Amino acid sequence: MDALELARWQFGITTVYHFLFVPLTISLAFIVAGFQTAWFKTKDEKYLKLTRFYGELFLINFAMGVVTGIVQEFQFGMNWSDYSRFVGDVFGAPLAIEGLLAFFLESTFLGMWIFGWDKLPKLVHLAAIWITAVGTVLSAYFILAANAWMQHPVGYAINNTLHRAELKDIVAVLMNPTVLFAFPHVIAGAFMTGGAFVMGVAVWRLLRRPGDDAPFRLAAKVGALALLLGGLVVLGSGDQLGQQIATEQPMKLAAAEGIQTTQTQAPFSIIGLWDLNGKEIFSIKVPYVLSILATHDPNGVVQGIDNLQAQYASQYGPGDYSPIVPVTFWSFRFMIGAGSLAAFAALWFLWRMRNGRLPGRFGVAIAVALPLLPLAANSFAWIFTEMGRQPWIVYGQQLTSQGVSPSVTAAEVAATMIIFTLLYGALAAVEVGLLAKRIRGPLEEPGADSADSADHPAPFAY
Amino acid sequence: MLHEIWFLLIAVLWIGYFVLEGFDFGLGILLPFIGRNDGERRQLINAIGPVWDGNEVWLLVAGGATFAAFPNWYATLFSGFYLALFSILIALILRGVAFEYRGKHDSARWRLGWDWAIFVGSAVPAFLWGVAFANIVAGVPIDKNMEYTGSLLTLLNPFGILGGVVTLTLFMTHGAAYIALKTEGVVRERANKLVLVIGLVAAVAAVALLGWLEAKTMVTGAAVVSVLAAVSLLSALLANRLRSEGLAFVGTALAIGLAVVALFLHLYPNVMPSSTDPAFNLTVTNASSTDYTLQIMTVVAVIFTPLVLLYQGWTYWIFRKRISAARVPDAPATPGSAAPN
Repeated sequence: MDALELARWQFGITTVYHFLFVPLTISLAFIVAGFQTAWFKTKDEKYLKLTRFYGELFLINFAMGVVTGIVQEFQFGMNWSDYSRFVGDVFGAPLAIEGLLAFFLESTFLGMWIFGWDKLPKLVHLAAIWITAVGTVLSAYFILAANAWMQHPVGYAINNTLHRAELKDIVAVLMNPTVLFAFPHVIAGAFMTGGAFVMGVAVWRLLRRPGDDAPFRLAAKVGALALLLGGLVVLGSGDQLGQQIATEQPMKLAAAEGIQTTQTQAPFSIIGLWDLNGKEIFSIKVPYVLSILATHDPNGVVQGIDNLQAQYASQYGPGDYSPIVPVTFWSFRFMIGAGSLAAFAALWFLWRMRNGRLPGRFGVAIAVALPLLPLAANSFAWIFTEMGRQPWIVYGQQLTSQGVSPSVTAAEVAATMIIFTLLYGALAAVEVGLLAKRIRGPLEEPGADSADSADHPAPFAY
Repeated sequence: MLHEIWFLLIAVLWIGYFVLEGFDFGLGILLPFIGRNDGERRQLINAIGPVWDGNEVWLLVAGGATFAAFPNWYATLFSGFYLALFSILIALILRGVAFEYRGKHDSARWRLGWDWAIFVGSAVPAFLWGVAFANIVAGVPIDKNMEYTGSLLTLLNPFGILGGVVTLTLFMTHGAAYIALKTEGVVRERANKLVLVIGLVAAVAAVALLGWLEAKTMVTGAAVVSVLAAVSLLSALLANRLRSEGLAFVGTALAIGLAVVALFLHLYPNVMPSSTDPAFNLTVTNASSTDYTLQIMTVVAVIFTPLVLLYQGWTYWIFRKRISAARVPDAPATPGSAAPN
């Protein structure tokens, strides 16, 4: 493999890995803040127990999101320096704003929340977790605006002398239609993930560690609610995003479907088999569905790979302008499949747990699998989004092959990729171990929390 | 003018980063030596517990702001200093996870492993940031396409290594001064003794580094600031002798901040001079973004930087109390014992 291919693998590995933690961070911040608010309002200790229990799980996860996030920011310059030179004037701004507005907020107020249990007035302490939660969402918006610009560049002009994109309209960049749909899609996906996690953990506790039924029944419901409401928003925003892709990135849509020639009344393939060149071997199709998805009209036109290829070749010069069809095709379907399965599993649990009942032994396996489903859906969604944009790094403006760092050797990228992968693998094992240990552990007795003495250790102190 | 403002703001972000993360790097390096048992080590780690993550954000913002304001600087530096920055990343990952995970499992071996992760994760960046900045200021091989043409070994030249020794020892002094200021008991005593010993080494190394630069390229402003930095450090050591821990910490903080100012004064108007040919220098002009982008970034920075300083300062105020050994429980925080009492 050459440096380009290795750099692409490295970006894929580190980004998908980073995004295992991000959705949980976002949604658990809000869910924990919700539990703490309920405790603040009702003084019911059940809510305090849940705040502490899920709060600690949130912190174990948060640490991994933070440390893997630093890699993300450095990586643009390290592996993609020509990309950075080309886009810095436009792409750098949302990144810098993300740091200044969001990262400071999250990290500072989370520190206050972790260590401030007995130092801050209860209302201020509650505000700290809410501000942290707001920080995570702000951060998501700015980084998604940056990514949206790579998918659908707006508000810029190309300076041919300096070979770079130059920012002309920051409002257009921050209000890019792609980010307006991607943001609710990603945040709702995060709530599906956190909801599935909270519910999965709660159901497991109910089945395997009975004794804390009231709080965990409540947690299961809260988790189910987050998952199902998140699912609805994912569906709606995903539909909008699909139409956005149909108009702005028709090749991505064509590849997601493996459609060779432009057609109306386009069918949707539930499953299919392609060779690596994108030639269809076999598929099962449902008529009209793709046209409806792409245009909300059964007779709508869906452009085909061959037509688009010919169009791009005349527009941009000779070259292959289609992504790898099996990757986009399957990642798109796995995304939808895993997300839907998670929603069905939540509904099944709600049904089996109605009126104080419990699911049978089978429920344990499903409870463990439940959080994995949205996690998988998130990963496939990013693989679809990023792989479907290929061969472009900035759609229509810069090829991925033009963005890689000229001064970095394949050996350097290979070495760093191996070390990142080994370290990330080891840390994943540590994190899962710690989560499992904490999930099995006792639900704390909050104790005499009102007897504030300065010499008590804070609950989450190191 | 905008270029100068952003050169200044990037300097401010690095000053913020080194002054703040400097003491938590120093504390991390001293952890295994000043903390001789688990209780003492927990006392030390909890002294930076509420703030270290916020301190690290200064690095992320410095990186992001460089990307936005000087894309060519960001691109050349990050792709050029590839393995050095990679080592820093690995170190920061280990260290960040170590702080969070150390106390979450009740095993002496587990904790010892994370203690060394904190040590290595603090020492490596404390050294390599100095190497990086010494090389940035002195100049590295850069070709006409703004591409770095050296290797990791190019950076490990005598001047670069001296830069690494300066930041390593300065941060250790700063960290010891912080421990002395923020803890009670035996840990505080040990830290107070170390301030002078390490501080003297740092003073010698820093004077050598800044003097070497001054001999190479005479910059009057930088010379004045370098002298002020040295005076601050020596005042810190004096304050330490007089048992004025607050003043000692202010002194080490000033010394670090002023040293960064001196480096940036030497650098200007370049951002990364080329040792291959001065015609290939990256400057505040040829490395920068458009005026429009810089204007927007200026507005954002002017509104939000004071706000950040305000609320970050507030956290330091909330957690201003010294950490006593009694505040830290004997047993590590297993789930059952994590609640108060």
